[in-house]
Amino acid sequence: MTSQSVSPVATEAALRAKNVSVYYGSTLAVRDVNLDIFKNEITAFIGPSGCGKSTLLRCFNRTNDLIRGARVEGKAMFHGTDLYAKDVDPVYVRRRIGMVFQKPNPFTKSIYENIAFAARINGYKGDMDELVENSLRRAALWDEVKDKLRQSGLSLSGGQQQRLCIARTIAIEPEVILMDEPCSALDPISTLQIEELMKELESRYTIVIVTHNMQQASRISDRTAFFNAEATESGNKVGYLVEYGDTEKIFNDPSEQATQDYVSGRFG
Amino acid sequence: MTPLSSQAKPLDAGWDIEQKQVLKALGRRQGIDQGFSWLALSAVIFSLFVLVVLLADVLIDGIPVLSWNFLTSFPSRKAETAGIVSALVGTIWVMVLVALVTFPIGVGAGIFLEEFVPDSWLARAIEINISNLAGVPSIIYGLLGLQVFVRILFPITQGRTVLAGALTLALLVLPIVIIATRESLRAIPGSLRQAGFALGATRWQVIRSHIFPLALPGILTGVILALSRAIGETAPLITIGALTYIPFLPELSLRGLQSPFTVLPIQIFNWVSRPQADFHALAAGAIIVLMVILLLMNATAIYLRNRFQK
Repeated sequence: MTSQSVSPVATEAALRAKNVSVYYGSTLAVRDVNLDIFKNEITAFIGPSGCGKSTLLRCFNRTNDLIRGARVEGKAMFHGTDLYAKDVDPVYVRRRIGMVFQKPNPFTKSIYENIAFAARINGYKGDMDELVENSLRRAALWDEVKDKLRQSGLSLSGGQQQRLCIARTIAIEPEVILMDEPCSALDPISTLQIEELMKELESRYTIVIVTHNMQQASRISDRTAFFNAEATESGNKVGYLVEYGDTEKIFNDPSEQATQDYVSGRFG
Repeated sequence: MTPLSSQAKPLDAGWDIEQKQVLKALGRRQGIDQGFSWLALSAVIFSLFVLVVLLADVLIDGIPVLSWNFLTSFPSRKAETAGIVSALVGTIWVMVLVALVTFPIGVGAGIFLEEFVPDSWLARAIEINISNLAGVPSIIYGLLGLQVFVRILFPITQGRTVLAGALTLALLVLPIVIIATRESLRAIPGSLRQAGFALGATRWQVIRSHIFPLALPGILTGVILALSRAIGETAPLITIGALTYIPFLPELSLRGLQSPFTVLPIQIFNWVSRPQADFHALAAGAIIVLMVILLLMNATAIYLRNRFQK
């Protein structure tokens, strides 16, 4: 595990994992992760299936709480506050740290209502029409849907649905957006649109993306964390962080042999 | 690792079968296929046949006695002037009350058990017990109702009244409503819940805005099917002591809840157990009325389901 490759111009760490281990029931899923995620950067988590990268991602907005039997050890911190402290309300955490999922999951309501719901429950007082338009514009979806805002969100194509989910997430102005393989269900053109969108959102948000697509990680991310899995004696796979650093370095000059093998496509 | 051989692998000796044998075996397999579909068809024909005979028998006996007088007259010792008005009104009273009690309690309990309770041995114990309650014979509920609603809660129910009967039947169908609610909620994909939570919604906001509206058609269907079961129940009401001869209608007020009552199944039971054939015809007529109410309720369930599913 190494972090000496992280660029010296230290911006502020938005999220920090300190010795984070996650269990499902009594099974250890990912062990002892230490890493900092920096503000206004795109951080990519890569690694083979079952290496715990999505599990770690879910720690940061406490969506692991919704999985029965999931337990987090160590500290997951947001600007120095322990996200799992007793007095922290998970609802508030998720309001500040939004999430976009692997499969687009718009609500079974109109496009307008998909965004208005997010704003309304969080007490938005301003002009709803304006907020809906702005969010859709920033998600690069406005031109495609401006004439059918009252139609169901499910009537859109997969790529459009995913951008609607992103619009809904940014409508409530979170600080961090967690993305769990947001393009894995999309075609190459929609994927490209989402990637361009992420680049544009980078200036306002901190983005963490889990991806199986190494080209995607190298194209869009500033930093990359490579996770791997090892089998325990009982046959379970436990994920761990192998190497974390500037994307440039991880892909061109990694310190670990496993990283080198993975990014050059020799396994995984 | 062995290097890939350039030659095709020889077939396993077990696959050395003659084409003729293959076709013969295929013919036999198709025969079994055909045989099973006939077996299934005969099961359908048998059950439909029984239903048709039953319906025809009731309709032949009952249609001649159906008239406006039959619907609006009180029961009587003389078959030619007897009617079902008190039983019909009693049934409607009881069913409305059962619906008012079971919908909020059953659906509320279902939502709580499915969406709010963390997985624990207690939750699982409750779940198993509710499933078991749905299979308890209805007369047991009658005994329970007799003790609790007729005797212990006498100051409220005033004994063997509309209220006591409705509460007993509500108890009987509550497990069915709870199970139907849970199943409808379980059918809504978890990704929708995640979507709501990820936006900073509370559990209630997610359920209220996204989960419940989608589950509602299924829940309503479950509630109406449960009511369809309650409308035909006789044993628990006889157990709590519903009367068979009611020459008046309950008042249309809160006091009406505390009046004695009868319902259609009890009236039918009473007429069928008399020796005179004239009363048997009256029973058949009442069965037709009960069936029409039941069909109307089921039609409502289908209508609501289609309407909300849009």
